[in-house]
Order: sequence, then structure tokens, then C-alpha cells
Amino acid sequence: MADGESQTLDYQQRRWHNIRKLLERSGPFCHPDFEPSAEILDFIMNSCKVLIVGAGGLGCELLKDLSLMGFKKIHIVDMDTIELSNLNRQFLFRKNDIGLSKAKCAVEFVNKRVPGCEAVAHHCAIQDLDEGFYRQFHIVVCGLDSIVARRWLNGMLVSLLQYNDDRSLDQSSVIPLVDGGTEGFKGNARVILPGMSACIECTLDLYPPQKTFPLCTIANTPRLPEHCIEYVKVLQWTKENPWGSSTTLDGDDPQHVAWVYEKAQERAMKYGITSVTYRLTQGVLKNIIPAVASTNAAIAATCATEVFKLASSCCTNMNNYMVLNMSEGVYTYTFGAEKRQDCVACSNTTRVMEIESDATLQAIYDKLCEDKGYLMKSPGITTIINGRNKTLYMSSIKSIEEKTRDNLKKKITELGLYNGCDILVADATTPNTLTIKLKFSENADVDMGR
Amino acid sequence: MASPSPKSPEQSEKNKQYDRQLRLWGDHGQAALENGHICLINASALGTEILKSIVLPGVGAITIVDHNIVSDEDIGSNFFLECSSKGLNRGSETLRLLLELNSAVQGHAVYEPAEQILRDNPDFFKSFNVVIATCLGEKTIQDLAQHLWDLNIPLILCRSVGFLGSFRIQMNEHTINETHPENEQIDLRLDVPFPVLAEYLDAFNIDTVDLKDHGHIPWIVILYKAVQKWQTTNQNRWPMSRKEKNEIKDVIQDFFRKDENGIPIEEENFNEALRAVNTALVPTFLPVKIQDLIYSSSAINLTKESSPFWIMCSALKAFVEAEGKGKLPLRGVLPDMTTSTDHYVKLQSMYRAQAAMEAEIIYRKVQEIVAQLHCDSISEADVKLFCRHAHDLHLMKGSNIAEEYRLGNAIASYIARYLEEPDVMMVHYILLRSAEKFQSEHCRAPGEWEPEGDIAKLKTCVTKLLSDISCTPFPKDDHIHEMCRYGGAEIHSVSAFLGGCIAHEAIKIVTKQYKPVNNTFIYDGASTNTATFTF
Repeated sequence: MADGESQTLDYQQRRWHNIRKLLERSGPFCHPDFEPSAEILDFIMNSCKVLIVGAGGLGCELLKDLSLMGFKKIHIVDMDTIELSNLNRQFLFRKNDIGLSKAKCAVEFVNKRVPGCEAVAHHCAIQDLDEGFYRQFHIVVCGLDSIVARRWLNGMLVSLLQYNDDRSLDQSSVIPLVDGGTEGFKGNARVILPGMSACIECTLDLYPPQKTFPLCTIANTPRLPEHCIEYVKVLQWTKENPWGSSTTLDGDDPQHVAWVYEKAQERAMKYGITSVTYRLTQGVLKNIIPAVASTNAAIAATCATEVFKLASSCCTNMNNYMVLNMSEGVYTYTFGAEKRQDCVACSNTTRVMEIESDATLQAIYDKLCEDKGYLMKSPGITTIINGRNKTLYMSSIKSIEEKTRDNLKKKITELGLYNGCDILVADATTPNTLTIKLKFSENADVDMGR
Repeated sequence: MASPSPKSPEQSEKNKQYDRQLRLWGDHGQAALENGHICLINASALGTEILKSIVLPGVGAITIVDHNIVSDEDIGSNFFLECSSKGLNRGSETLRLLLELNSAVQGHAVYEPAEQILRDNPDFFKSFNVVIATCLGEKTIQDLAQHLWDLNIPLILCRSVGFLGSFRIQMNEHTINETHPENEQIDLRLDVPFPVLAEYLDAFNIDTVDLKDHGHIPWIVILYKAVQKWQTTNQNRWPMSRKEKNEIKDVIQDFFRKDENGIPIEEENFNEALRAVNTALVPTFLPVKIQDLIYSSSAINLTKESSPFWIMCSALKAFVEAEGKGKLPLRGVLPDMTTSTDHYVKLQSMYRAQAAMEAEIIYRKVQEIVAQLHCDSISEADVKLFCRHAHDLHLMKGSNIAEEYRLGNAIASYIARYLEEPDVMMVHYILLRSAEKFQSEHCRAPGEWEPEGDIAKLKTCVTKLLSDISCTPFPKDDHIHEMCRYGGAEIHSVSAFLGGCIAHEAIKIVTKQYKPVNNTFIYDGASTNTATFTF
């Protein structure tokens, strides 16, 4: 109906009155390239495609924020379903939604509440989507709860970068990544321009290592209630659990948790240790990170503001990493994380690994896992010999793992590797196979002779 | 074969829903939150974003005071309004949609403007634990602030315009038992071991320990023995200087087991002892801050109206002067250390038993005081919690916003000092205050219709404010221009950031855990910069 349409148009314009002041008026602190105009809001609403990764604590907030900042073409991806413990902060979900897809529920809610918003849900893992999918977005904003997933996503955006013949970066291939993370009352937000500024891999040392307990403490000298729980998880479960030795311990299954809790209590009692609780047991098994609505709101909002700035150029972006701590007053600190020239993900150079010529394959595997530059989880290593693919070691598929396990003990020269050859490495932390050139260093004995 | 169905009870629905936050403020914090009633004045986007993060964790009740009618601009920036809300009362519409987030929360909407309530029914505010106000005019701010100061009810005054925002917490006095410090100090009493501990340490002979148990000697025993040995040639002094502590490290090195060639064998517990020398040998003392608290007039001049915090401080003082021998009650927490289960459990029990005993003594003193004053009783659990955190008790004394607006000498020189630096965050404060002044003089926000034309008028407000605090005018008009650019606009993501922070502050106040901002927070989303000022 023509009348209804013109009414809607007018109404919609008034509703964006606030945003338009930032986009249609210039100011002394705007980005130097900024030209105020009504076209910017038009771009944001009708052309700018944004991908939100994760529809949990940060994802719900991000979807709300971006929809109210004018973005309409939003995609959101999350493989999880809704649980009761989400409801203290993931406000787009209700008790009736428990068991349903987070991405789908989030999108349904916001599309209904914010007219004109055309958010699209993807109920799948980020790894299930390909280059073609990611390439369509102008900006990616990320609210993941796993470092491995972040690294994968980072790797995907880096792989979309194009370089000119003179090896300079084609800036039009850069898809900015805004990344947020929270833990209790702390959080951080950062703006990444892949290929241009520090990426996730460049700053891996900003993530503290996960605390683990030594096995001898767990087995022989438990002292804390956590040690008792770990004991049941690591040593008792496989042998004694009532559901069968091949059943994986599922921290989300209350029966599994209750069984571990009881056994942990028994062990604790034997050693005179107190304070094993159900809450502690679940916390240890699921590696639960405390979470509240307020921290997620603040970090997501920070990210949304940066996305808005990227899409509109109405203001310069955060440069480039902000930490937030709300446990004592409210404290923030913004600094410029530096891009590493030798970053294994984003530096456009050949990756070289120095290794002794008499090293075993295990040595390469260990380097891939422990070296700060790689920090892989369970790399699968292959190479090409006489034009044919040869799997050296792969732990992800049981049958292949069994067949290639012995290779780890063998010398790399026995396996057909030589100085200057390439190995191909796949891992959960990167979407693409990495090519690494092996460079044989002098043997240690020879070195000491100098 | 064990039965799959567990004997142990599963968590209640509520515990499951709130699990992630219970790990931060505990069941007692949650109970305090559920007893809380929070009032919001004006359901702007900022206001509702604040309430969202208070309703989700399960506050007892919220009341929204808002006489405004929902406009298109409201719908465009406020998530808790629908298209169908247009023309209806903003308070009741946002209340309806906020309450959908948590069925356990009670809610009320009041349609009168705050000014009218202050005039006709000022006692209205007595039912709240915290009042949060947004979009208020200069005069109402001062009236409300003075009134709530007189009623002793915390007020959080909030602003959001363009990329800028601020909040200002006003509380007469706020006491905190549990501040949750980043690093809790260990309380081992090695210099003044309580009788059971001294007996245990003295009886321990590290020279006759079995080879296989050598690596299980707790580091505090090693440290204690090292100090004892050092003391024999140092007039029984306690090692204080860096030089003396290094000498202790040498003694510990001597204790290391040696192999057949006389080379020391590294054992983790001995390395732990070495690492602990600098921290664990700090002599036990009563922190000055706590001393000030327990000797303050609030703790000494108790009345029937005295809060539990001050009553417990008074009991604490009595303990320190008598059984405590000048020290606070033992915390009773033993850090994990490389040792056998037996040693650890034994030591831990000793510390726990002593702490429990001292908390019991203090609890009896509290009961005596309560009986004398004829006031409400204080539970043993509360006293135990108080004793456990006695080293980190915190008192915040606040200031009146109305005073701040009067721009007396102290406030004036405080602001002037930062403007001299020049601190751009303080400049933002000036602009926010000036925009408020502009609003009350011209009945609109600066730049609301025409940015360029209002620059001169806003500048007049700025200059007036600056001269009131005896400061020179700003050299450039940039910030004034920027404020006019904003034209009073409320940007959702800026309000959402502030909303998260402010909700958190309200929760801190109601649960009395974690230190709140003291007392003014300024946010600039353009530069992603924040600052805290104490007016």
C-alpha cells in the first residue's frame, strides 16, 4: 500500500534520528576520510554485511547492538543449543527455548523486535563454512569462548588475503575482525586488520596457559578437593564408570557429574580432605568460567562501537586492544598490540623450521605443539615424496594414528625428509594446511666444537 | 556395578540458572541481590540497558519512574520497546519487556515525573536500595541528590550522549566485607605461631626425615626451621632486610639433600621454600587501614542503629586488644604446597581450627554487644565471613552531588588540577556538565536541531562553568563543536557499554562485594578511553 509504505519510510527515518547525527554531521575528531552523508546509513543498512561468530553471552548482545545501530544484513553462526545456565546472560532466550539452536532463536527474536532487521542464522560449526561463505562479509565480529576457534577464524580471514605481484597487500581483500572475550568481571576487545595489524596468532602469549595439576599429585598426594575430582576424571572414570569403558565423560550430563562427585567425595574422605561440592565438581569437569550479563554487555558494546566505526568511518578505531576489569572500580587500558613479522598465520613469508638432521619425527611434533610460534593442539603431518602424498603422523583418525604411531620414533631422514623439503601440517587451530620448510641445523656436538 | 542414578541431589533449577554468577558472588551475595529493590528514573536506552543486566541475575524488584511517552527515537535506540509501544507510557512498556527476561523479578511502573514525586511524595524513595537516574535536568539532579543523601540511599547518576558517557555514584558510606582482592595475602603466622602450630613445627625434625619423605616436607616447615637456625646466630631477631632474607635463602640451600658427590638435589618443596622467603616472612601485623576502621568513631560509639559492619568492627577491636594480642583473627587458609596428603591435611586442619576458634571468640563478643544495644542479631555465618576477610575490610566515604554542583573551593581546585594537565577526560566532564546547563537554559540539547548555531551558546555555558572554578577558557572549540555535533543523540552501543558497567556497580552496592567506582566514571567511545575521578 503506497500510504503505508511512505508512512513506514518516514517512521524509519525518525527512528534513526540519533544515529544520523553521527553520520550526517562532521566534527573535529572524525576520521580524515569521513564525508558526512545520508548514504552512509544507507550503506550500513542495505549493503554492509556483518558476520557475528557465536550466539552466546557476547553474541546475543552483539546482535542487539548492531541491529540498533542500523545493521540489517547480519549473519550469525553458532553450533550450540540453549541450556538453562545460559539464561542468566543470554537474554534472547527463554526457558521454553532450552534445547533449541542458539543462532536460530537469537535471529528470530531480534528480527521480530527490530523491524527491518534481516538477520540470518547458521546452526553449525564455523569449520563447516567455507571460504566462499566468509568472503561475502565486510566485517566479522567474534564472541567465541575458545582460543582454538578464534585461531581458526583468524586463519580463515588471513587466507582470504590477496597479494599483488609486488607482494604488497591488496587492501580491498582485508576483512576486519573485531574480537571480544570475557571471563567473570574481566574482558577484552580488539580490532584486527588481517595482514596489516596484529592478528590473534601474533599475540598468542597474551593468553595465559591453562592451569593443570601434576599427575603425581593427583595420583599420590592429593591435597585439594580439585585433586580428588581430577583423579576420578583422569584415572577412575574409564575403569569404573557404570556406562561402559568407552563412554566419554560428559560434563554436561548431570548423571556423569553426580557420579564423579560421589567418587571424588569418597576419595576426599579417605584422605581427610574437605570441600568437594557438586558445584566445584562441575566447575573442574567442564572448566567452567564464571560469567555475568554486565561484563558481556560492556565488551560486546565496545565491539559493536568499533564495527560501527569501521562501517561508517565516522571516527578512528580503537588502536587496537582494550582490556577491561570491573572487579575493583571500572578499569580499562588500551594499547597497540604489535604485528609479528614472523607470525605463522599472517606474515606473508615462507615458514621455516630449524631441526637437527638426526631428529626424530617426535621432535618435529613436539616443536609444533610447544613452540610459542605454533602452539598446535594435535598436528597432522604429511609430506610429498615423489609426487605422492605421504602421511607421517595423524592422531585425529584412530586407524591412521595406529598405523603411523611408530613413525614418531623414527629419524626424519628415515622417513624421506631432507634439508629444504616441505612438510604439510594440519591442526584445529588453522583452517588451511600450513607449509613449513625444514632447515637442518648443525648437530649439537658439532656446535660445541666452535 | 554402581547404579547410574546418583544418591547425591542435583542442583535446584535456580542454582543451575544462576550457576555462572554464583561462582562470583556466592549464595549469600545472590540472596542479598534477591532482597534488593532498585529504582530507575527514566527508561532511556541507557536506563533499560542498566536494568537488563540487573534483572537477568535476579534482583528482587525494580521500579521504573518515567512520565514520558514512547517516541520513534526511543524505539530506534531502546531494545526494550516495540513498534506497538509508540504513544504509550515509556516506563510501563520497557518494564513489560524487561520483566520477560526473568519471571522471578517483581516490577512496578510509576507515571509521575521525578520532580513531582520529590515534591509530593519524597518518602517514595525509602523503599529502594539504589536509585539510578538518567536524563535529568540540572535542578532535579541537585534536588534528588540532596534528598537521597539525607535519606542515606545510594544514587547513581548516569549520562550518555554521542560517544560520551558518565556515571557518578553517591553514597554516604559504604562498607565492604568481601572486596575479592586480586591477590589475597597469605596469613601464616610464622613469626607468631599459635600454640598448636608452634608445637607441630618444633617437634618436626627435618634432619631425621626419611629419604622418601624428604621431598614431602611442607615448605613452611623448611622456612621456619631455616629462620630458627639463622636466629641462633642473630640474637633471635626476625629477618627483615634483603640481606637477611638472602641469608635465610642460604640456610635453605644448605638444607638441600646432597648426592654422593655432594651436589645438591633439587626438590620442589625446597624450591617453594626459597621462592616464599620474600613473601612469607613478612611479620604479622595489623594493617593501618584496618586499625583506622576499628578505632574509628563509628566502631567506638555504637548505637542501636549501628550497622552490623561497625558492631563487628567493635568486636574485632576487643579481640585485637585481648586474645588477638595485637593481631587480627587468623584467616585460616593454607595455600597448596608440594607435600604429602597427611602433612597438608594436618597443617590445614590446624589453621582452620585456630581460625574457627578465634572467630568463635569474636562471635561471642558480637553477641554481647548486640544484647547490650538491643539491636538485630548478627548470624555466626556473617561473623565468620567477616573474620575470614578482616585483613581486607573496606570503607568508602562518599560525597554529595549537590555539593559538587555548588563548585566549592575543594571541588574547583580538584577540577582545575586535571584541566591543567591537560586531562582530556576532565574536559569531557566539563562538556557534559555544560551541556546539562545548556539544556536547562534553552530547553533542548546543544546541537539538537542546528549544530553550528549552538556552538557559541554552548561555549558561553562552558566559559561560565570554567570561570566558576577559576579556570581559563579552553584554547580550542573542538570539544564544544563535537558536543554540538552529537546534538543530544543517544547511541545504543555507547549506552550499552555504560549499561553493563553501571548494572555491575549497582550489584556491587546491593551485594556489598567488590569495590565500587569512587565515584565518577567518564567514558569516551571515540577514543576508547576511560577515567575515574573522585569528587
